[in-house]
Amino acid sequence: MAKPVLSCTVNDEPVEVLVQPWDTLLDALRERMGLTGAKEGCGTGDCGACTVHLDGKPVASCLLLAMQARGHAVRTIEGLGRPGALHPLQDAFVRHGVPQCGFCIPGVLMAAAALLTENPHPTEEEIRYGIAGNLCRCTGYTKMLAAITETAGAAAGRRS
Amino acid sequence: MRRFELILPESVDDCVRALAQRGPETKLLAGGTDLLPQLKNGLLKPARVIDLSGVARLRAIEPADGRGLRIGAAVTARTLELDKSVRARYLSLAESGALVGSVQVRNLATLGGNLCNAAPSADMAPPLLALDAEAVITGPKGERRVPIAAFFTGVRRTVLAPDELLLELVVPTPAPHSGGHYLRHTPRRELDIAVVGVASQLTLANGVCTKARIALAAVAPVPVRATAAEQALEGQPVTPDRIARAADLAVEVARPISDQRGSAEFRRHLVRVLTRRTLITALARASA
Repeated sequence: MAKPVLSCTVNDEPVEVLVQPWDTLLDALRERMGLTGAKEGCGTGDCGACTVHLDGKPVASCLLLAMQARGHAVRTIEGLGRPGALHPLQDAFVRHGVPQCGFCIPGVLMAAAALLTENPHPTEEEIRYGIAGNLCRCTGYTKMLAAITETAGAAAGRRS
Repeated sequence: MRRFELILPESVDDCVRALAQRGPETKLLAGGTDLLPQLKNGLLKPARVIDLSGVARLRAIEPADGRGLRIGAAVTARTLELDKSVRARYLSLAESGALVGSVQVRNLATLGGNLCNAAPSADMAPPLLALDAEAVITGPKGERRVPIAAFFTGVRRTVLAPDELLLELVVPTPAPHSGGHYLRHTPRRELDIAVVGVASQLTLANGVCTKARIALAAVAPVPVRATAAEQALEGQPVTPDRIARAADLAVEVARPISDQRGSAEFRRHLVRVLTRRTLITALARASA
C-alpha cells in the first residue's frame, strides 16, 4: 500500500509530506518534518504537551491522525514567534521565568495563545479553564498564570 | 500504533459504500479522542479505519423541518459549547459539551463519538434524552430514525448495525417558557468522567409544569429517564416540596454499580442531589 501524502500548511508554509496511515499528527510533525517543539507526554490527550493549532484552534496532536490534517492549517510552537520577535506570551514567559523543566511549555503557550485570540480579556477563572488541559509536573502554574494575566493586561492596555 | 488501512471518504454515500464493502474489522474515526488511545494500547485492532473528517455534512448544524435543529454527528463538543443556536435552544446540551475533556480534546471530540462509544457516563446523552432527541442513522437500506432513549442497548452497545453510521441528531425546539440544565459530579473539576450526571428539562404554562424530563447517566448500563419523577412534577406548579419528591423518585430508577469512581450508595445520593439542583436551575431558566 502506497504511503498517503499529507498536504496541508504548517506555520503558514504549504507542506507535502509522506506519512503512514497510522501516524498521528504529532508523529508527522516530530518524525517527518523535524518540528520537535510539540512533545509527547501521555499520548492519550490528558497532558496537553502536544498542543498545536488546527485552523487556529488548540488540539491534542497525539489524538489526531496526520491525514486528518489534510487541507487544514497547522501551527506549532515553532510558528508562534521567531527569534528576535517572540510572541508576547513567550516574552512574558521568559521574563517571569515560567519554564522549569520546560517540557510542558510549548503546549501551554499554544493553549494560552489560542485562549487570548478567542478571549483577549480573560478573567483568572477563564485563564485557569483555558489551560486546564495542560499538565505541568513541575507544578509551575502560579508563574504561568501571572505571565498570561500580564500579557492579557498589556494587550488590553495597548488597545485602549 | 498497529498498522491499518485508512479510508478517506468525502460524502455520506462514500462512507456507507465503504462500510458495506469493507465488512467487519472496520472502525469509524470521528474525533479520535476515544478511538486513538484504544488503537495505541491495542484494545482495538481494526484492519481498516474510515476517517469521517472529510464529510462536511456530518459537521453541519441546520434547521430541521422548522421544528428544531439537525446536529451533525461530527459536530465537536467545543462547537456545542459555543454555538449560539445550540445555546439558545438547548443550554443543557451546550453545558454537557463544555464539560468534556480539555479545550484541546473538545476541539476534536464529537457528539456522535460520545453517543456511539455508549459509555454509561456519556455526558451528552442525558441532555438529549431530556430534549426528546432522535438519532438519524443511515446504512445500505437507507435512513432510519431512533429515539435517543432507544439508541443505547448496553454498556458500549447501541442499535447501530456494523454497516450503519450515525448521521445526525434531530432535536425538537422546546416550547416557550422551557429551561434545562446538566450537571455532573467529578472528583476532579476538569478532564474527568462523570460519577453521576443528571439533565433536567422543564416547560411551564401559566405557572404549571406542562412537561418535565429528567435523565440520568452513569447509574445504569445505559442512560435512563426517571419517568416517575417527571410525572410527579407535571400538571401542577413546581414547588420545593415537589422538587424534593421528584429527586427521591429519581433515585428509585438508579441501578448503580460500585467502582473506583464511587459506591452505589454514593451514586444514589448524587442522583438525589443533582436532580434537585438541576430542577431548581431548569425552573429558574424556564421562568426567566
